[in-house]
Amino acid sequence: MAEFTLPANSIVKTNGQVFTAPEGATNVRTFKIYRYDPDSGENPRVDSYDIDLDDCGPMVLDAMLKIKNEIDSTLAFRRSCREGICGSCAMNIDGGNGLACTTSIADIEGDVVIYPLPHQPIIKDLVSDLTNFYAQYASIEPWLKSDTPAPPDRERLQSPEDREKLDGAYECIMCACCSTSCPSYWWNPERYLGPAALLASYRWLVDSRDDATGERLDELEDPYKLYRCHTIMNCAQVCPKGLNPAKAIAETKRMMVQRRL
Amino acid sequence: MKRTRTPLSQVKGLGSAKEGTGHFWVQRLTALALVPLVIWLCFAIAALPGMDYVSVREWLSQPTTAILMILLISVGFFHARLGLQEVAIDYISDHAVRTITFIAITFGAAILAVTGIFSVLRIALAG
Ligand code: SF4
Ligand code: SF4
Ligand code: FES
Repeated sequence: MAEFTLPANSIVKTNGQVFTAPEGATNVRTFKIYRYDPDSGENPRVDSYDIDLDDCGPMVLDAMLKIKNEIDSTLAFRRSCREGICGSCAMNIDGGNGLACTTSIADIEGDVVIYPLPHQPIIKDLVSDLTNFYAQYASIEPWLKSDTPAPPDRERLQSPEDREKLDGAYECIMCACCSTSCPSYWWNPERYLGPAALLASYRWLVDSRDDATGERLDELEDPYKLYRCHTIMNCAQVCPKGLNPAKAIAETKRMMVQRRL
Repeated sequence: MKRTRTPLSQVKGLGSAKEGTGHFWVQRLTALALVPLVIWLCFAIAALPGMDYVSVREWLSQPTTAILMILLISVGFFHARLGLQEVAIDYISDHAVRTITFIAITFGAAILAVTGIFSVLRIALAG
């Protein structure tokens, strides 16, 4: 069966370490952060950090960097661009997936609860193992495929209308917020490609310069790879770039039907 | 266990089944057909003079009723089979258990559908 309960060694203990705010702090917010080190043999726990917001940047990532730099250097998480373009700081914030660097602390009520992306193996703390997710992206062959030779003296042309079809499909930053929020992806992570890879595939399906539309569809013609999507729409709800993978998947299914009717 | 297959090879697995759209399309077609059939059934039952054995039997033996009933039963069980198979794919991860469940769903739906159709025919053709 699909796993609805956590394995014994993954059950989260809530009584982690507590770090209190410095004396005199008046604008204090508590961050409750998931901690797990698989090598330690101990179960995950939730550590609690009181942060003086008057002495901290406005975003969730600012608070996490403050924790890492000033309070507890053992906390592990990924980040790079701190402006919502690299996709590395994706995590589960206040119950929903999002980017720590573009989520404002002020938008969260009460304690700020931070967990890793759901249903992925954990390397440490908030760093999840996305090997499978990236392999799925590679499997859709995300590059232009064309048997038509490129003009010798210039680039392949695309009309403004055809270019417009890529809007909403090319902006994905591969943060994995969508796929790891999708129940279908939780239950069949090895065989369902998930919203991110399917949106990426759609980006090439609708590219006017690509010749391989039919072969791409052939590869997706599968009860698992594509048809696990039941239009639950979690993906569109969490995407930090405002994209709608569910719509791209529905369009892909429409192409599948269209070519056999 | 150390994995020796590359992640890409694992994701590609045994390749595309080249099937899935048929299931998807027929599931929607049967759903579409069930809309008028179920509405008809509700109205027809509400319009019955009584729910006693004689009036229901009399109603079922009319050709239109029998034809629509047989359509409803066959389309309904076909749709149910497709839907249950989806549920099994979603929630049963063990391959052997899933295969056995597919077989049970298919056989079960076929048996129930044939039983229903036979019953309607028996009443309709008894006259
Ligand atoms: S719409 Fe499809 S891909 Fe998106 S969350 Fe739902 S099932 Fe997953
Ligand atoms: S579609 Fe959105 S949520 Fe999904 S990987 Fe791309 S940017 Fe992230
Ligand atoms: S740090 Fe790059 S997206 Fe957040």
